[in-house]
Amino acid sequence: MTFFEVVFYAFSTLMVVAALGVVSARNPVHSVLFLVLTFFAGSAIWLLLEAEFLAITLVLVYVGAVMVLFLFVVMMLDINITRMREGLMRYAPFGIAIAILLIVQMIMVVGPENFGLQAFAAPELHGADYSNTKELGRVLYTDYVYAFELASVILLVAIVAAITLTMRRRPNTRHQIPGEQMKVMKQDRLRIVNMKSETIDSEDK
Amino acid sequence: MDMELIYLAIPLASLFGAIMAGFFGKAIGRSGAHTVTIAGVATSFILSLMAYNHIVLEAGDIYNQTVYTWMVSDGLRFEIGFLIDQLTVMMLCVVTGVSLMVHLYTIGYMHDDPGYQRFFSYISLFTFAMLMLVMSNNFLQLFFGWEAVGLVSYLLIGFWYKRETAIYANLKAFLVNRVGDFGFILGIAAVVMYAGSLDYKEVFSAAPQIANQTINLVGDEQWSVMTVICILLFVGAMGKSAQFPLHVWLPDSMEGPTPISALIHAATMVTAGIFMVARMSPLFEFSETALAFVMIAGAITALFMGLIGIVQNDIKRVVAYSTLSQLGYMTVALGVSAYSAGVFHLMTHAFFKALLFLAAGSVIIAMHHEQDMRKMGGLRKYMPITWITSLIGSLALIGFPGFSGFFSKDSIILAVGESHLPGADIVYLMVLAGVFVTAFYSFRMYFLVFHGEERMDQHTKEHLHETPWVVTVPLVVLAFFSVVIGWVTIEPMLFGEYFKDVIFVKESHNVLSQVGEHYHGQWAMIQHGIASWPFALAMAGVGTAWYIYMKNPQIAVTASQKFSFIYKMLDKKYWMDELYVKVFSDGSRGLGKGFWKGGDVAIIDGLIINGSAKLVGWFASVVRHMQTGMLYHYAFAMIIGLVGLLYLFASPVS
Amino acid sequence: MIPLSSYLILGAILFAISIAGIFINRKNVIVLLMCIELMLLAVNINFIAFSHFLGDTAGQVFVFFILTVAAAEAAIGLAILVVVFRNRQTINVSELNTMKG
Repeated sequence: MTFFEVVFYAFSTLMVVAALGVVSARNPVHSVLFLVLTFFAGSAIWLLLEAEFLAITLVLVYVGAVMVLFLFVVMMLDINITRMREGLMRYAPFGIAIAILLIVQMIMVVGPENFGLQAFAAPELHGADYSNTKELGRVLYTDYVYAFELASVILLVAIVAAITLTMRRRPNTRHQIPGEQMKVMKQDRLRIVNMKSETIDSEDK
Repeated sequence: MDMELIYLAIPLASLFGAIMAGFFGKAIGRSGAHTVTIAGVATSFILSLMAYNHIVLEAGDIYNQTVYTWMVSDGLRFEIGFLIDQLTVMMLCVVTGVSLMVHLYTIGYMHDDPGYQRFFSYISLFTFAMLMLVMSNNFLQLFFGWEAVGLVSYLLIGFWYKRETAIYANLKAFLVNRVGDFGFILGIAAVVMYAGSLDYKEVFSAAPQIANQTINLVGDEQWSVMTVICILLFVGAMGKSAQFPLHVWLPDSMEGPTPISALIHAATMVTAGIFMVARMSPLFEFSETALAFVMIAGAITALFMGLIGIVQNDIKRVVAYSTLSQLGYMTVALGVSAYSAGVFHLMTHAFFKALLFLAAGSVIIAMHHEQDMRKMGGLRKYMPITWITSLIGSLALIGFPGFSGFFSKDSIILAVGESHLPGADIVYLMVLAGVFVTAFYSFRMYFLVFHGEERMDQHTKEHLHETPWVVTVPLVVLAFFSVVIGWVTIEPMLFGEYFKDVIFVKESHNVLSQVGEHYHGQWAMIQHGIASWPFALAMAGVGTAWYIYMKNPQIAVTASQKFSFIYKMLDKKYWMDELYVKVFSDGSRGLGKGFWKGGDVAIIDGLIINGSAKLVGWFASVVRHMQTGMLYHYAFAMIIGLVGLLYLFASPVS
Repeated sequence: MIPLSSYLILGAILFAISIAGIFINRKNVIVLLMCIELMLLAVNINFIAFSHFLGDTAGQVFVFFILTVAAAEAAIGLAILVVVFRNRQTINVSELNTMKG
């Protein structure tokens, strides 16, 4: 067993176990943490496939941002965990049966006889001077530049959409309205009153 | 002067009059309207005489040219063109001549009518349409004229559009004519299909080839194409010339003003069918079946419509039935290939029938628009001119030797006697019987109106006087022609070379040449006529009429009671109207109602429109239960699809 | 060497697990969203594996875009989730059936 195989089987086992954990954990927080683990194992697998940039991105963006977002939401929403998980087992046999059926079917399609080493020989590994990031960047900024720009727009839209959806006006919070502040005139605030000057009577009088 | 210009001007002069009186009637006033239309028709008449002079007397060239090409579609030319030959110029003179008389007469007859300008516009327009019809050199223009005269006839029958009966009558005329026109246009379509042209000349030259072809209409039976074409064309003629069984509109058309009855429904429009068949003689000659059909339809009309005339009491209706009967004679003549005799009778009939109608109109004016003959009588003392001219017209109608009707009708009867078509023997007997009937009803009317006791009320009687000159002058002119026209024209038209290049008759059908062998001048014909059956029968008819209505009026009453069934049958016109109303009117209304209720409401609205909406609604109401709104149900549906898809991928591999 | 089929089978297993997760979880929308993320990961593994074995960078570009879209989707999905929870005080899938026909 080569080093590669050791790494592959170790991380894929970890990945499958973690995925099962995502699905079966009673506490959503645990689910999220299992998902983090799954992504982490996934990024290790991607490293084996010489997709270094994406593996790092997966860890940074997904684990670092998206999963934290999940965690944040899960914790922010006050969810009754016990109620949430009830009935989990009721559908488990059904779900497992479906999963097994699918796995069997997909293995029949993508199994070794179709996609084994005979069909797809393993490529030569690149040397140490090969930069996956550079290669990907070259393609991304030339052939796929429009799609890349589009992706940025999608992200922008997602930001706008997320903010619009969740933002709400709270009637009782106090906040500044700069425009109103700028419009204030002297006579709105200042009142000059004519009044008699008071004479200071000596107290002793 | 250029002849082409003259030919163009003939119809356009009338059209100009019609447009002026129709669109600017208010501006030019009553006298303006009749001045401009009469000027237009008079121009047409004079130019027609010039054309006659050019073609017949100077033996000028026959004019057959296209004036305007409307469009060309796949080699088929739609044109306006004129064919001016002997037949055309004769028709031109008859049409414009009678039309002119009627225009003049209308001044008197319609004097107090509020629709004065409209009326003049219509009759001028009619003249235009009729001229276009007879001058045409192609089927398209023929059809245009054909429909245009039908339209104007419709407008004029319903001229007094506030009368319920007039509206009914014009609708009836229009509908019955539609039936005929449908056959006519099918016939034209067949002509285009087999000859590939609308032009008379090309169609006629293709006739011998068409005659050999057959067509498969119903089942496996093969029909001669020529027979089909001719019968279809003749169906059109049956509608326009009011032949049995499409005759029902003509008596009702008497609802229109009398000048119209004279112009359209006696002298000109109804002869369009006769003219058309005569014009199509190169086609009809190739189909003996069609000729026999024409002959029998004509004979039935000639005899049985005359019989109805016996029991009518409305003076105009008697004349109308007599018109039907005479049209039947013309059709018989066409059927036995004596086209010239048919056209000859058409011409003489135009004069004496217009005369009779105008005389009837004159009587009606004098009687303050009373049309019932039972309330007339003894009018000869009050209206001498009308009386004399009516007598002349009646004598011409019954074919009294020497009058124009004698020459034309006797020629037809002789021609029928020579014919060898199947059924010609019976037809011969029918036309002979028709002579008796014609004489009987003509003189019944004559005696009832002009002789005997005066049955009108006192008020009418005091006001009885001869009609003004605008009425009597046309009467006199027409009476003059009714007397002489036959004598003058029989020789060239029937036995001469007048129609030599126009009407084509196969040698085996040429009955007129056989008749011509025994013809030795007008005088000899009169002498021979006096000694022949038709004259005896006519005299017997006159005598019977005199005996029954003058001598012993009781007989009429007794006879009508004794033969009440026959009387009723004639009075009800063989129940043709009832039959049409019940079968076709109610039938088509029932059919329409059936389609409306069954087809539209039930099937289209009910089943297809509402039904499909309901089906969708029902389907949705069932299917909506599948939309649970539960996320995992949708996911499950997707998984099912995925499993199915994978199965498709996996199965060929494993 | 590790054959291509091993990676593909790994992806298939992950995919099947996430589907089973969707079925099993009838209560929590967040877990459903996580299962979808898992599904996308399985697909991404396939892309990268093919990209590696075919020597074509395009597969990695696809993964890049999928990551982008998945991030956007997660952001919007969670935002919706927050709004739903704020309005209905629940994220129980069986109670979110306003779309029922």
